Amino acid sequence: MSDASCMAKKVFMLSEIVKVEHLKKYFPVQKSFLEQLFTRELSYVKAVDDVAFSIRSGEIFTLAGESGCGKTTTGRVIVKLLEPTSGKIYFNGADITKLKGEKLRLLRRKMQIIFQDPYASLNPRMKIIDAVGHPLEIHGLAKGEEKKKKVLEVLEKVGLTPPEQFINLYPHQLSGGQRQRVALARSIILKPEFMVADEPVSMIDVSLRSSIIDLMLSFRKELGLTYLFITHDLAVAKYISDKIAIMYLGKIVEMGHKEPLFWNPMHPYTQALLSAIPVPNPERERKRIELAGEVPSAIDIPTGCRFHPRCPYRTDKCSKEEPQLIEVEKGHFVACHLMK
Amino acid sequence: MTSLTKKGPSGWIVILGTIIVSALVIMTAIAPWIAPHDPAKTRVGPIREPPSPQFPMGTTHLGQDMLSRILCGGSIMLQVSTLSVLVCFLIGVPLGLFSSYVGGVFDRACSLVIDAVYAFPGLVIAIAISAMLGRGVVNMALSIAVVYIPSYFRVVRSQVLSIKELTYVEAARGIGAKWYTILFRYVFPNVIPSIVVVATINFADAILTAAGLTFIGLGVEIHIPDWGRDLTSGWQYLSSGAWWIIAFPGIMIILLALGFTLIGEGLSELLNPKLQR
Amino acid sequence: MPLLEVGSLTIDYPTSRGAIRAVEDISFSLKKGETLGLAGESGSGKSTLGLSIIRLVPYPGVIVKGHIKIDETDILKLPEDEMRFIRGRKAAYIFQDPMTSLNPVKRIGAHFIELIRTHEPNTGKEEAFERTKTVVKNLGILSERINDYPHQFSGGMRQRIMIGLAIALNPDLVIADEPTTALDVIVQAKILDLLESLRKVYGMALILISHDLSIILERCDKIIIMYAGHMLEYATSIEMHRNPKHPYTQGLLQSIPNIELSDQKLVAIPGSPPDMLNPPKGCRFWPRCSYAKKICRVKEPPLIKVGRNHFVRCFLYGKKGVHVERNRKS
Repeated sequence: MSDASCMAKKVFMLSEIVKVEHLKKYFPVQKSFLEQLFTRELSYVKAVDDVAFSIRSGEIFTLAGESGCGKTTTGRVIVKLLEPTSGKIYFNGADITKLKGEKLRLLRRKMQIIFQDPYASLNPRMKIIDAVGHPLEIHGLAKGEEKKKKVLEVLEKVGLTPPEQFINLYPHQLSGGQRQRVALARSIILKPEFMVADEPVSMIDVSLRSSIIDLMLSFRKELGLTYLFITHDLAVAKYISDKIAIMYLGKIVEMGHKEPLFWNPMHPYTQALLSAIPVPNPERERKRIELAGEVPSAIDIPTGCRFHPRCPYRTDKCSKEEPQLIEVEKGHFVACHLMK
Repeated sequence: MTSLTKKGPSGWIVILGTIIVSALVIMTAIAPWIAPHDPAKTRVGPIREPPSPQFPMGTTHLGQDMLSRILCGGSIMLQVSTLSVLVCFLIGVPLGLFSSYVGGVFDRACSLVIDAVYAFPGLVIAIAISAMLGRGVVNMALSIAVVYIPSYFRVVRSQVLSIKELTYVEAARGIGAKWYTILFRYVFPNVIPSIVVVATINFADAILTAAGLTFIGLGVEIHIPDWGRDLTSGWQYLSSGAWWIIAFPGIMIILLALGFTLIGEGLSELLNPKLQR
Repeated sequence: MPLLEVGSLTIDYPTSRGAIRAVEDISFSLKKGETLGLAGESGSGKSTLGLSIIRLVPYPGVIVKGHIKIDETDILKLPEDEMRFIRGRKAAYIFQDPMTSLNPVKRIGAHFIELIRTHEPNTGKEEAFERTKTVVKNLGILSERINDYPHQFSGGMRQRIMIGLAIALNPDLVIADEPTTALDVIVQAKILDLLESLRKVYGMALILISHDLSIILERCDKIIIMYAGHMLEYATSIEMHRNPKHPYTQGLLQSIPNIELSDQKLVAIPGSPPDMLNPPKGCRFWPRCSYAKKICRVKEPPLIKVGRNHFVRCFLYGKKGVHVERNRKS
């Protein structure tokens, strides 16, 4: 690579592509008719409760956590499939929080999402060529022969070779791994800058997972794609990401570059989470950090630090005051009262 | 065809139903050329003659040839049922699609009206409307259509409500598809199988309702040959032993309805993704 | 004397397009108190194999060959009413989905009491209740919660209850089929810890079925690697980790991320698992194998002994197979 392009890449790497501030997403709880009669106030599932982070161009940023921690909702709010309750979302410096209609459609060319379940994310009645080529038609970029040419190109890129064999098939004729490749093809055909990948490998057979991950990594290099990767599997997160944010009950509890975060986890929840991950080594004796109880409901979030009822190190302060996410080391943020 | 037979018993049921229906349709279509007598003409033979070599299905109380009337008598029924299914389809399906996709007040209002219609006994509504509109094929078809629009609406609506929540619809929003693109390219094609099933079963129901309407005299003009019509005029002579005047039209109506029901039942099993494996 | 002995077990699923051989010629044995891991991808036949041990091969599967002996009795020859006695008291099964396996309108305690009293009709109500309390306590659930309904428990708690129901009759063997797949890591670790401690307390043998090789390696003494109905490798977990022999096992181990390693390079296995209606001739794995030779495409490799308690089905280690039968006595 020439020096000039190296320089250009560096400048590119530094810019923030996505930034969210005070992002909240509450879902009203459906009540029965009787409950509606007797109570006035609505209760909410606080799926995402004041989250802030920024993703630099070319980076792979991972939101990790257990089910119900709000990671998937955060991803959908950022790509505007869900409206945020409050907070701000910036894309390439522009506020997209309130974007609607035609402007939102234009934005979709630049940000894409792929989903967990490859069996459900493709229309069963659309051939592969139509499914993958549809974004081109929607945005009026290509039709007919030109569309076909582009679809063939992109199918080749996601490893469905020879592509001619695939274009006239229906999704049910493909395996799970192949379908996920088709979904990937559909989302990169518009050459987006940013992609949310919501558990893209958790439903794929073990032996095929790493090939999908490698494919995603190769798009970062080739297309300069930036990822928001969402996963419950910290081993995968560690393999793929540059930065990781650990979420618990709608909030980020720890965030940082992957190496410090994995070698020196500071939040008690992160420590417990890491100690629970199975390691493929029968000879390794491991110390497990036991947590009391289970994740509470996102409707009745505990006061103070939302982790305190399960925390082995809790103090009086923890149940009263909510800890803020503070920078403990350079680039390593933790939300815990122990960190002062 | 061969692919149908490979799908086990439900494939065969569809084939059997199709054979029955197409045989009856073809028979009705070529009837004017194969009927031995003018079906409307009276006194072609003796009155109420039992089946004989000359009149294989006997004659009516007006001396019309029963065989010719059977051959020609399906035409009204097929016209009425086809027309009514078409009307149901054109009104019920779009209404169901929009109502459930748009949601909100519009959906609630539509559902309320449709459910009210659905709660009435079908034949009673058909009789009432038919009595208001008067006789004739189109009027019959319309009055039957009103009865069956709710079935289409309800099936389409419940399907759309579940499909709307599926990931591939979300994925379509994610690639920037407009709402009507999503509705017609992602939602509608996945509703079609259920509509096809409703339509075939609706065909059978429409035939029986049409027979009912003509039976109580709300059908077509007297001189037009029609199976339902012959049931009406024939039942009074059953006590005097003239079984053939109602037996043959009755069998034909049952056959036609059975044919459509078989297709519908078979298809619903074939197209139901939950039963496929 | 082994507790469980499976010999040349072969299971077919007849379909309209021909029979699918879900499990082919599998032999292994298990001693009291041992833990065996069955690892494989979806469609490898691991669940079918697991279910066959309590003779509950899902319809329309049939066991076409082989024997399954529990305590020297061939259960394939038992009449159904005796088999019901074996299920639960000798061998119990823990299913993947804890919600559909519990009756939603019955209290948790009632599930236990009914189970105990159907298998041991002489047990009084009081005694059954006392035993339920002990089991529930061992599960780490407060004994007041005996009177709650299934929906009042979280997914992890329900899986605990399923485990409790499996061990309530003190069986010698427990088969857990993906017991933690639907659960989060922290809950998963707790459930697996619970299984391990209960296994020690009650002295049971455990068969753990999972697609997750990390869990199997971490928790089991011996491991069977399944692929497309075949047993490709059988070894102790330490041996499997230090010295994997089969190219598929090697590939699997290189394709799973390990949280304790930095700068790990994952290597994917090319291709995808075969269509079981048309499995490849010869070795089932050859189309994806980088070492495939001519013979692999024609002949099915035999099970070859490569070490003490280590067998591999691969021509890379010779052409002559061993009879597993003979080895079992050692």
